[in-house]
Amino acid sequence: MTTPTEPYVLNIGPQHPSTHGVFRIRVVMDGERIQDIDMIVGYLHRSMEKLAEERTYTQNIPFTDRADYLAAMSGNLGLCLAAERLARVEVPERASYLRVIFAELQRIASHAMANGTLVSDAGAWQTPLLYMFREREKILDLFEMTCGARLTTNYMRIGGVAFEPPPEFWPALLELVDELPERISEYEELLTQNEIFIARTRDIGVISPEDAINGSLVGPALRGSGVPWDLRKAEPYCIYDRMEFDVPIGRNGDVYDRFMVRLAETRESVKIIRQAVENIPDGSHKTDIPLALRPAPGEVYGRVEGPRGELGFYLVSDGGPAPYRFHIRAPSLINLSLLRELARGASLSDAVVTLGSIDIVVGEIDR
Amino acid sequence: MPSGPTQIDGGRVANALNRALPGIATTSTEEWVEVESSRLEEALRWLHDSEQFDAAQLSNLCAVDYHDHFTVVYHLQSFDLNQQIVLKVRVADRDTPTVPSSYPVYKGALLQEREVFDLMGIHFEGHPDLRRLFLWDSFPGHPLRKDFLGIGEGLTSGLQRFPFENKEQPDRLLNRENIVEQGSQETPEGWSGVAST
Repeated sequence: MTTPTEPYVLNIGPQHPSTHGVFRIRVVMDGERIQDIDMIVGYLHRSMEKLAEERTYTQNIPFTDRADYLAAMSGNLGLCLAAERLARVEVPERASYLRVIFAELQRIASHAMANGTLVSDAGAWQTPLLYMFREREKILDLFEMTCGARLTTNYMRIGGVAFEPPPEFWPALLELVDELPERISEYEELLTQNEIFIARTRDIGVISPEDAINGSLVGPALRGSGVPWDLRKAEPYCIYDRMEFDVPIGRNGDVYDRFMVRLAETRESVKIIRQAVENIPDGSHKTDIPLALRPAPGEVYGRVEGPRGELGFYLVSDGGPAPYRFHIRAPSLINLSLLRELARGASLSDAVVTLGSIDIVVGEIDR
Repeated sequence: MPSGPTQIDGGRVANALNRALPGIATTSTEEWVEVESSRLEEALRWLHDSEQFDAAQLSNLCAVDYHDHFTVVYHLQSFDLNQQIVLKVRVADRDTPTVPSSYPVYKGALLQEREVFDLMGIHFEGHPDLRRLFLWDSFPGHPLRKDFLGIGEGLTSGLQRFPFENKEQPDRLLNRENIVEQGSQETPEGWSGVAST
């Protein structure tokens, strides 16, 4: 005999460790099961798109640091590539190599954070997270060495990158690249065969490939469902067409697969960095562009494969020095399109893990 | 005109659309195709189902305010063919701009349409849950519209000239008090050298 239950509303956040930022969810619970879910965002809304209309293209680069603050380099790269295509600026080859090195380092750092917090959500409180922070810390040190900032890097410029890395950067990078594969193996040993971790993530939050495509999912959330779609392969930018790497995909589309895709991608990023360091040519790191860059009237949709997927910049120019319209296609926000369907009928603890596996950054959701 | 490496010719899409659904595509350029706003859902469904275009994913949805009309821009992505279609819809009515929702075809439009509704004030007919996304319900106006600040008197938001380009005073000033008379070389009191808002 089942006892009749009354649905009740449970509020999670805005300040809650499992929401990864100021993200609020109102959950209608029926006993242990979720009946309905409503996400409330906007606590971090800084009206970047409006502010950007009053600033020049270069002045807008710092906004991209603060949108996705865990992957500032990818944001910088996305905006610079879009603006360069709009204004037809050529980039020196050395700058392209430097951009790829930093974008891939950022991907490793961001995936380490995503996987660490996911494992933390799944119940392995703090220990694996801090393991993963160990490598992230070294990557942030490399960023600090090069551009003076750890998170809000503001490193890329239209036409190249802002600074040449200092001489001590290269040995430190090589040392990191040599030890990373070992570290990744360590996580694999620690987590992938762990019975508790598997019980908490296998067959949880399953997204079918059809749903993932129709729901505009991108990045590891899409690849976890078995869709081999990566912009670095499909629409190679910078020098990705010269790099050899694989696109890891999952099979079941569950939380575990998304975790494994991120882990495997970290390995591929190490491969890319190694190839880039071997082949980097000498030369200038930046083309000079006019202070007031005035692209001809037109529009462009530039996109890069950020750690969270397709990060797009839709820029409209009216011939002035500031963009007429500046839109960021935020993967963190759009990946949440299916959250309601995923959460319905699940238990609260599973929904938290599913949210963690989609990997959101609230700065990018709200912009 | 700059266009993405995998972006396909808007004229090609327009021809195919008009063959299948006569009169649906109104304008097209190399980059994009514009369809009639009342028949948007039909166009999206046809592009989604067609083998020639296979627009499987709505990768981006946003709107632009061109002062006298709005344009809603859809970036559609095919995975199998690796090509991108840019579709546009023109909304002339500024008071109650309305566009059919693309949610019945693409579930990924759920939050993107809410964002456009919130910041640009465009209603999507048929959206299951059209509420403001970032701002609170009683927020006055829609900030991404060009007339949001209500500057008036011929002044528009947005930078017309880079400050001190050609060593002249900036001509874009949001505050009437900061306006410098034409020909006057004196720096007004409290002038900081930057266009203040």
